[in-house]
Amino acid sequence: MKINKIILSFISAVAILLSTSVVSFAKVVGDKIVLGAAISLTGKYSSNGVHTQNGYNMAVDRINSMGGVKVGGKTYKFEIIYYDDESNPKRAAQLAERLISQDGVEFMLGPYSSGLTKAIAPVTEKYGVPMVEANGASRSLFTKGYKYLFAVLAPANLYLDVAIETAVELNGGKGVRIAQAFEQDAFSQDVRLGILDAAKRTGSEIIIDDKLPKELNDMAATLVKVKQMKPDVLVVSGHTKGALTAIRQIAEMKVDVPMLAMTHCDAAKLSKQHGKNSQYALCASQWHKTLTYKDNFFKDGMTYAADFQKEFGYDPPYQSAESSAALLVFKDAFERANSFDQKKVRDALAATNMQTFYGNIKFAPGGQNVDKPMVLFQVMCDSAGKCENKVVAPLKWASAKLIHPIPKWSER
Amino acid sequence: MDFMVFQYPMITIQACLDGILLGVLFALIAYGMALQWGVMNIINIAQGDLVILGGYIAYFMYLYGIHPAWGVIVSPIIMYFVGVGIYKLVINKVVDRDLFISILATFGISILFMQLMNFAFGADVVLANSGYGTTFLFDSNVVLPNSKIFSAFISILFAICLVIYMKKSKLGRAIRATAQNARAAKILGVDTEKVYAATFGINAALCGVAGALISITFTIHPYMGLPYTIRSFMIVIVAGLGNLPGVAMSGMGLGVFEEFADYILGTEFRIGAVFLLLVLILVYRRFKLSRKREYLK
Repeated sequence: MKINKIILSFISAVAILLSTSVVSFAKVVGDKIVLGAAISLTGKYSSNGVHTQNGYNMAVDRINSMGGVKVGGKTYKFEIIYYDDESNPKRAAQLAERLISQDGVEFMLGPYSSGLTKAIAPVTEKYGVPMVEANGASRSLFTKGYKYLFAVLAPANLYLDVAIETAVELNGGKGVRIAQAFEQDAFSQDVRLGILDAAKRTGSEIIIDDKLPKELNDMAATLVKVKQMKPDVLVVSGHTKGALTAIRQIAEMKVDVPMLAMTHCDAAKLSKQHGKNSQYALCASQWHKTLTYKDNFFKDGMTYAADFQKEFGYDPPYQSAESSAALLVFKDAFERANSFDQKKVRDALAATNMQTFYGNIKFAPGGQNVDKPMVLFQVMCDSAGKCENKVVAPLKWASAKLIHPIPKWSER
Repeated sequence: MDFMVFQYPMITIQACLDGILLGVLFALIAYGMALQWGVMNIINIAQGDLVILGGYIAYFMYLYGIHPAWGVIVSPIIMYFVGVGIYKLVINKVVDRDLFISILATFGISILFMQLMNFAFGADVVLANSGYGTTFLFDSNVVLPNSKIFSAFISILFAICLVIYMKKSKLGRAIRATAQNARAAKILGVDTEKVYAATFGINAALCGVAGALISITFTIHPYMGLPYTIRSFMIVIVAGLGNLPGVAMSGMGLGVFEEFADYILGTEFRIGAVFLLLVLILVYRRFKLSRKREYLK
């Protein structure tokens, strides 16, 4: 009797499960194009996850309010299903699976960070779901031969090689002596590979090559070596922790180095958290609001920044801008494909060649955007101690002249 | 491998001083751990998370325009009550059970704290600027940030106060009595429940001081607690329970060891070297114990 009951309840549970999974969203419901995204709303990437989500939402609202997407003579509106991946790669892969096989999503937007994108890419690839991602820059994403992955951003190995090239140029074309410290994660190690390439290309020498641990909060040892060896350039990449720790300890230990190049300065709010101590730091950025790229939806960087500020109450970091750009790419591809067939949309994405407020977008066969250079900005402070990020390279976009070499601490 | 640290005497001195200043701070956290381990037989995995929480208190004071150095007074007061609260809610239910249960319980608290801090304060890395400047020694070949000197000084001050308090005050004596023999203390009229709560509170308060100092010298982040737990565990293992000079010495030793490992093996092996040392010491202790037993036979 009891066993019968258990069996009965088991069967009904399975039946309920099946019935719910059959009734699922289709890719296009009525006049809506449903996109799926797993985003880090909690966990260690939550702040950047929120920047990403805000960027997506802003673009969805803008595109929908400006006429939506026209496919086959009919107008469609974007809608995004979000899930929280808890900053956990395993969870992100599960959620991608769920979005595709349960929710029936046929087009995906990327998560935040290279690590999570790496976890999701095999899933979208397996189902042939085109994914446009805006926050995974690791080079290894683009060397696996993925056919359905498209990234609007420049790959990580290009983040700082502009800095090395600039240093060499300022050195009269002769190679420079480089000290570098990189965190041991996929992204920073890719940035490191880029520096190694640049060093080889320019005949520069790497004299300090430190790897920083994940729980890094003290790099005094590296800086003591820098003081002793006096390199021409110091390169640091270790997400926001690395940027904050480096600036604090360089200022406290009065380390003099002619050029300091870093990543994640704007995410770390360097100029706000460190004020004048962060002055002269060179930072790699995917985007800066003063760049003069244009499109029909957000006009240009300055307008985007102002609108974003109005809606979310803070200045947009590049993570938000690139996320917004991902939606523009999708819209463009849908209209050119004039279809919701995944294969056709994929081919349209591959043929993308457009300008957005965020930059030019054109994908290499590996999926990375090859038409948008990285920019370098330098933190510059006025005498009242108010600091601002000004673009200094490449020269085409520069709004200020690079200050080089960095003045010695004793002369500041 | 890089032996630069031995080639330049100034770097050797720099490494030693950095290590000692750092080690004193570790020792303060470890002393809290040794105290509650000794008294309650609880290994607190959430130790590092209490430290980070204390750091956030100083950080918020800094955010509202109060100098973060006042955090070393405010933070322990708040953290004392947090500690007592944790004891009343969770620890008193596991205090007489075996060690494994208390490790699980505090591990749970650790995860909970991490997530709560992440939820409440955000996942950004933050720090509080003290604006203390720098001390130059030996013709400015050795540089010491004043914030590090300040934190070492405050750590020593708190450690001394605590030792005096333990020796002289009534509660201090009750804590020591409970540590020696809880049952006997109970029979002789010590309210062990109260002693346990106070011990956990004092430990949390010490973590609060250390956290405030860390927000001034380094950076804080909701998920950064574990390395502090591991280091204090390591220090206590080396020093043994209830051995305050031992904790201080092993704290400083660990600080210097870490700095040298950093120079010689590279920064990436810094924490790894600590783990390796921990394993070596445990193996050595086991080896020594087994030899002793043989001798007695």
